[in-house]
Amino acid sequence: MSLQTTEQTVSPAFAPAGGGCGAGSCGSTASQMNGLSDEVRAKVQDHPCYSEDAHHYFARMHAAVAPACNIQCNYCNRKYDCANESRPGVVSEVLTPEQAVKKTLAVAAHIPQMSVLGIAGPGDPLANPQRTFATFRQLAEKAPDIKLCVSTNGLALPECVDELARHNIEHVTITINCVDPDIGAKIYPWIFWKNQRVRGREAAAILIEQQQKGLEMLVARGILVKVNSVMIPGVNDEHLKEVSRIVKAKGAFLHNVMPLIAEPEHGTFFGLMGQRSPTADELKALQDACEGNMNMMRHCRQCRADAVGMLGEDRGAEFTMEKVEAMEIDHEAALARRQAFREKANAELEAKRARAHAPAPTTQVVTFHRPARKPQGRPVLMAVATKGSGVVNEHFGYAREFLVYEATEAGVKLIGHRKTDKYCGGSETCGDGESRIDRIIRALEGCEVVLCSRIGIEPWGALEAAGICPNVEHAMEPVEEAVMAVWRSLLEAGKLGGVGQGERRA
Amino acid sequence: MALEIIDSCVNCSACEPLCPSKAIFAAKPHYLIDADKCNECAGEFDDPQCASICPVEGAILNSAGEEMNPPGSLTGIPPERWAAVQAEISAR
Ligand code: SF4
Ligand code: SF4
Repeated sequence: MSLQTTEQTVSPAFAPAGGGCGAGSCGSTASQMNGLSDEVRAKVQDHPCYSEDAHHYFARMHAAVAPACNIQCNYCNRKYDCANESRPGVVSEVLTPEQAVKKTLAVAAHIPQMSVLGIAGPGDPLANPQRTFATFRQLAEKAPDIKLCVSTNGLALPECVDELARHNIEHVTITINCVDPDIGAKIYPWIFWKNQRVRGREAAAILIEQQQKGLEMLVARGILVKVNSVMIPGVNDEHLKEVSRIVKAKGAFLHNVMPLIAEPEHGTFFGLMGQRSPTADELKALQDACEGNMNMMRHCRQCRADAVGMLGEDRGAEFTMEKVEAMEIDHEAALARRQAFREKANAELEAKRARAHAPAPTTQVVTFHRPARKPQGRPVLMAVATKGSGVVNEHFGYAREFLVYEATEAGVKLIGHRKTDKYCGGSETCGDGESRIDRIIRALEGCEVVLCSRIGIEPWGALEAAGICPNVEHAMEPVEEAVMAVWRSLLEAGKLGGVGQGERRA
Repeated sequence: MALEIIDSCVNCSACEPLCPSKAIFAAKPHYLIDADKCNECAGEFDDPQCASICPVEGAILNSAGEEMNPPGSLTGIPPERWAAVQAEISAR
């Protein structure tokens, strides 16, 4: 990529006068996809899990058709679903391929935003190839507009690549936690390989080799590969920077570093052994460090293997097999509704992207000619309550999660999301009797502002007392624009330092 | 000569398609082995296939009633080292 091209990836509205921000991955949320070719962008633009933009508009579902697994991970307890793609400690109803197809069609008929069917477990989809491929085959026939994707630990990937290509799978997620077998031996106690259980370093070495081979084969066939990594403090945290470099070099298009979840009550090896999870700060620092190499994914919610709906929501309970069996569905009308929705949403997204790509008012200058200039104002983290469509539209009290954005002079960037109700389901006094507002305040650690559509007097006071400033002035505005506006007003109010010190220095 | 699946089975189904004798079947509350069909994979594989993929220690017994995957065999940490490893891991 030439420097010129790198320059154009900047979101000009927020770019410093000299143009450019150094790393090709900076800029507003809308520019997350800028490092990608047009072809890749076209493939991911309505995939909620791959495109930050799209996740505000489109919905996905996971079908739990694949119960068996061919490896053991130390953060997984096989009583529950696979922890690579889904939330640990969850049990999905395993479906036959026929049931999964029925359910997918029912969901697609009721949720016009539905654009993707993924198979992610509850075991490893490629350790259950007949069940997985039977589901894909039938869906490709009955709902050809639904994109299909699959997640795998990679062990059986090389032998499945041709079949994946035949089923027109556009996206595959591989969970790659290491490229070093010594580190792998601390994460994977065993694999099942060529009719034997193989343990320790030897097992990790085989798994790593298969994952890397599978990645290369998929890229060679033009199938998009996202890499998931679970960040395990003291085991692979530093190492994931190398993983990021290597998978990028081999052609993966997106890297998703997820925090280890190791609650002792889930009975995983790590949970029982007291292996800790990373803090929000540690996770962000690693994601930031990897971002220099690679497009990072920041909006992953570690969904359940049977999740249904927009990211961050789960409407699975509306679509149990019992309810699905009782539904009467006009599939043609449903298809037409999905297509109409998609046209409208893509037009909105296009308009948004066009704004972000509008030509810069000044001539762009190549990076190394840019005069050194101290950026104005410090970065600020802001939490946003939204229920979709990319606007600030959720009442503070109803928000089950907040998206966290970092605003700087160069633009706005999604850096993650924070759950406000722990995984236990959000009763008023969960666990240690901590109140809900205390829990939210703790979840929002590091954030200085909360944007929401409305908020009650009491939580307003509690937030202010905790040093977090509630803001409802931007209700119903697009999230990135709202965050940027708040940042600018903080800057103008002299709250971010550096004002007036931003003159150019040669 | 047959293996047996007991109630610690988590119904992951991994063993079922691997059995060369088609001796394993889904049942409630857990998977079972048909003792008349199971030959412990003799002549087919060096290791009994079900016991080689089962993720749960103790879920499959041999014909003498002993655990095919005894405690510590799948985590790689024998019970006597558990406390020491726990101390090491929780210090990370
Ligand atoms: S030991 Fe072999 S033959 Fe017997 S049930 Fe297990 S896989 Fe089947
Ligand atoms: S592999 Fe083990 S846990 Fe899984 S179904 Fe068979 S006996 Fe049960």
